[in-house]
Amino acid sequence: MIRAVMVINTTGKPRFSKFYDFQPVEKQQEIMRRIYAVLCSRPESVCNFIEAESISGPDTRFVYKHYATLYFVFLFDSSENELTMLDLIQVFAETLEKCFKNVCELDLVFNYSKMHTILDEIIFGGQVLETNSSEVMKAVEEISKLETASSALSLVHKSVSGWRSR
Amino acid sequence: MAGPSLMDSLFQRSLDDLIKGLRLHQPTSESTFISKSLDEIRREIKSTDPQTKSTALQKLNYLHSLHGLDMSWAAFHAIEVISSQNFQQKKVGYLAASLSFHSSTDVILLLTNQLRKDLSSNNVFEVSLALECLSMICTVDLARDLTPEIFTLLGSTKSFIKKKAIATVLRIFEKYPDAVRVCFKRLIENLESNDVGIVSAVMGVFCELALKEPKSYLPLAPEFYRILVDSRNNWVLIKVLKVFSKLAILEPRLAKRVVEPICEHMRRSGAKSLVFECVRTILSSLSEYESALKLAVEKVREFLVDDDPNLKYLGLQALSVVSLKHLWAVLENKDLVIKSLSDDDPNIKLEALQLVMAMVSEDNVHEICKVLISYALKSEPAFCNEILGSILSTCCRNVYEIIIDFDWYVSLLGEISRIPHCQNGEEIEKQLIDIGMRVKDVRSELVRVGRELLIDPALLGNPVIHRILSAAAWVSGEYVELSKNPFELMEALLQPRTILLPPSIRAIYVQSAFKVLIFCLYSYLFPDEAVASSPSLPVDLDPGVTSSISPKEFSESSDVVVTEPLADREMDEGFNPRDISQSLEDVSVGNGGDTVIAHEQTSCSATLKKDYFTQESIVKLLDLVERTLCPLMGTHEVEIQERVGNIRGLTELIKQELPEFLVHKERNVEGVKVKALEIVKLMHDAFLEELGPVSTSAQERVPIPEGLMLMENLGDLEGICGDIQLPIPSQFCFGMPHSGGRESTSLFNQQTDEESETSYECTSLLAEHRKRHGLYYLPSEKLETISNACPPAKDPQQSDDLNDDGQDLVKLTEQSLVPKKKPNRAKPRPVVVKLDEVDGITIAVSKPESKDYLISGAVREVLLGNEVSSAQHKLPDKSSNKRREKDKLDIDQPSDTKENLANVGKSETSTSKKSKHHIPGKERKHKSSRKNADEREDVQKDKTKSGHHNPRHKARQRADDNVDVIAQTPVIPDFLL
Repeated sequence: MIRAVMVINTTGKPRFSKFYDFQPVEKQQEIMRRIYAVLCSRPESVCNFIEAESISGPDTRFVYKHYATLYFVFLFDSSENELTMLDLIQVFAETLEKCFKNVCELDLVFNYSKMHTILDEIIFGGQVLETNSSEVMKAVEEISKLETASSALSLVHKSVSGWRSR
Repeated sequence: MAGPSLMDSLFQRSLDDLIKGLRLHQPTSESTFISKSLDEIRREIKSTDPQTKSTALQKLNYLHSLHGLDMSWAAFHAIEVISSQNFQQKKVGYLAASLSFHSSTDVILLLTNQLRKDLSSNNVFEVSLALECLSMICTVDLARDLTPEIFTLLGSTKSFIKKKAIATVLRIFEKYPDAVRVCFKRLIENLESNDVGIVSAVMGVFCELALKEPKSYLPLAPEFYRILVDSRNNWVLIKVLKVFSKLAILEPRLAKRVVEPICEHMRRSGAKSLVFECVRTILSSLSEYESALKLAVEKVREFLVDDDPNLKYLGLQALSVVSLKHLWAVLENKDLVIKSLSDDDPNIKLEALQLVMAMVSEDNVHEICKVLISYALKSEPAFCNEILGSILSTCCRNVYEIIIDFDWYVSLLGEISRIPHCQNGEEIEKQLIDIGMRVKDVRSELVRVGRELLIDPALLGNPVIHRILSAAAWVSGEYVELSKNPFELMEALLQPRTILLPPSIRAIYVQSAFKVLIFCLYSYLFPDEAVASSPSLPVDLDPGVTSSISPKEFSESSDVVVTEPLADREMDEGFNPRDISQSLEDVSVGNGGDTVIAHEQTSCSATLKKDYFTQESIVKLLDLVERTLCPLMGTHEVEIQERVGNIRGLTELIKQELPEFLVHKERNVEGVKVKALEIVKLMHDAFLEELGPVSTSAQERVPIPEGLMLMENLGDLEGICGDIQLPIPSQFCFGMPHSGGRESTSLFNQQTDEESETSYECTSLLAEHRKRHGLYYLPSEKLETISNACPPAKDPQQSDDLNDDGQDLVKLTEQSLVPKKKPNRAKPRPVVVKLDEVDGITIAVSKPESKDYLISGAVREVLLGNEVSSAQHKLPDKSSNKRREKDKLDIDQPSDTKENLANVGKSETSTSKKSKHHIPGKERKHKSSRKNADEREDVQKDKTKSGHHNPRHKARQRADDNVDVIAQTPVIPDFLL
């Protein structure tokens, strides 16, 4: 299974993280720190797979991809294929591109919830469920529609309740 | 406490505001901003307004996952937000739950009803949210309570939901194995779905399950096989391959069946990921199929020559999978492997290094190590240490299995120690001492290497190799009789720069100096006995000279030493062990720094050892010791202080009594007792006792003294000893090697003293020793017979073209990597003392968790139950198979008992349960007739048998539950035929 998905920028700031097996938050932070320490020491154009047993326990490795100012990192175990994980990062990045048009770090910074929505359509509980970015986008758009509809509703609701409580 | 006000609701900071705020702050003030925001959140989250609450929770989610803030305190608020009707709020709530809930979150049970409600919602996205959350936070209770809902969703017509339900099932099974009975069948049905996404999801689940406990899923092989052949989706195929790589190991007939389709995929597919998975499956599980293996290795080669570093890395990894079983696959690609050693990518270099080490054998270990060390010298420190570390670990594998020429290896260790940034001090220390204790023949070389390390003052300044120096000091002290120049050794041990050593190591230096001192005094005071008792002493003598002079000398000495005349005489005949000529060889061939020694040697060669220890030199030695060690009496380190105290006591005694002794000596008065003499002799004898490697189970062999309560709780001691720090240098065992130290050491002494004893006596002694201590030795060749052994084997044509380039190693491997046995070795391998337990450290096989057992038990039940009932299965006679199997079981029992028949009567009490159930009366009658025949034997048999009975009986009972374990065997053949 996939153990975690992380996006870390080139200065080491985590921009997104999702762990599929429960880890205490300190441990999460430590894993991200140590992975970043490995990443920033690696030159360009070397291989993207790294054994991570010392970082996140037995039978774990991670694959990363470097886009502009961001590292996308997938942490996984032996039931996944390294090259498909690399492809999956590509799918994730492509979907982000479709979603934000010329995606940049700032988009990710301000769309934390949407990142979750997108990733949840691709990976579910550590299992890969959808690898077609258009399919992912379809679901994400539906969900966004639903969200805006409900938030519009809550805005009305909020002002009414505000009046009432006065 | 200020409650949430309207102002909070109206002017609440949104998540975007929070992020903007974070971006405005410098890293220094960020934490204050975060804690301020957290206070805000704590206030807002208590609001009655659901929107305010959910926004607060959303901000908390963000701070939790990116800034590492604890949010477990908000668990109840998360549940409140989840119960909102508003989709957006619900989503925030579910995210919070999936981020922060875990099995010990106490409010998690409050979520059950809400989850149930959302799982049955009409809105697929709400269902999806609930499934997602459940798959992340699933507990035993949630799994049990929600299994019916999940079961319903597995039958959903919407693929969007079905996929997620399938993926959730995995977590449900893990937590609540009984769910298997409910959901498994539906899961299997979905394997035949036309929707690739669904098949992929199911395969994902099976892949996870099968990796943990593959055996249970063998009956599903037909379905998996169909997917393997039919599917064209790479994601699905990869998962199927992963499953087959586990199943094929269990069932050879299945392996035979799948190997061809896998090869087909390998040939056909353009997707590297699929090809790689095929390769990995073949190499790890199907490597006995030669043509498939060849194809896979071919593909690996394609990966290795590819420009993509990822493929190169994976190719190397694949090779290391197969390197143990089929080394030829590595050898075939050795050129590429070795080229990768100088790759830019550290990962690739490491993999390549491992493969190179896998290629090492006893025939090429010299050459490979030589080239690797030249690589190490050129590499950056980290990789340099990797190389050195793997050389060390490879060479010491299985008690130095691949090392034939220990002299070479020991000098290699010396060489490695001198490499700058060598971080392997601890390992080298361990090995130097270990080899010293295990391999007797290498000790003189060890002492030489130790000397070179000790006399170099520059090395003392490098803390990294202090550990090595401590080993060198210990070795030099322990085997000082092999030293060429004890005086020089003493100077080295007491040189001023030793002040740079940590106290623990300095203590070892002092102790070694003590040993050297005792040796020198003994050699001086008892010149004849010294020569006699330390056989290798006259290393300084030229072999030729030894042979010409020593007979005379020994006949003289045998007059004086009346105690062991025979031993002495024998010794000088068999004298001239290989290591002498060896060390001489090394000295003359070796580095130029040895000229002093060489000179000394020539000057010494004519004279005799006893003349070497003159009065003058001994007095000088004593002066040196006094001068350098006395200041250390004031040290705060007890280890040092105590040892220095010992030495000082001795030197003072000697100084007092030496003149007296000299007078006696001049007058040649015999039988005069001088106290110091006695002490020196005593100490020398004590130090002569050889230390051996300690078996890991040595402790167990110590008989427990009477009255010692081992099981008593010593918990109170902790309070007393808690603050006492253990001394660091505990690596050395100054004690006896075994509990029965007396016997073993006396044996060792005998070995040292009487090396040339007849082989018969040797072996009988060994046998006796073995019996007593369970010690084992490698079968020893008689070393003495090959007195004029050749110098270490060095291929002349290889030694010159070994410059430091990859090309050379490639060339070299052409010649030597082919694993062929050299018919004649230049030199026999010396005896290496081996302890049985040390080699065979059994790796504890980790048992699968009980949960997995539960799952697999349930899976088997379902699968086999399935096959009985379901008509759609393509295995028509499976149920009959199962029945047949059951019959077989019943048949089995009597036949089994028949074997035991003879015992039953006797052991009726002990095995009454069993016999009552299974023994037909007829047989018992039959039995009673011959009961008298071998009664005594029966009793014995009973004893052994009854031990076996119970477990077997139990096993049979269990077998009733798990008939499938046996039934599996027929399941597969049906499919294979």
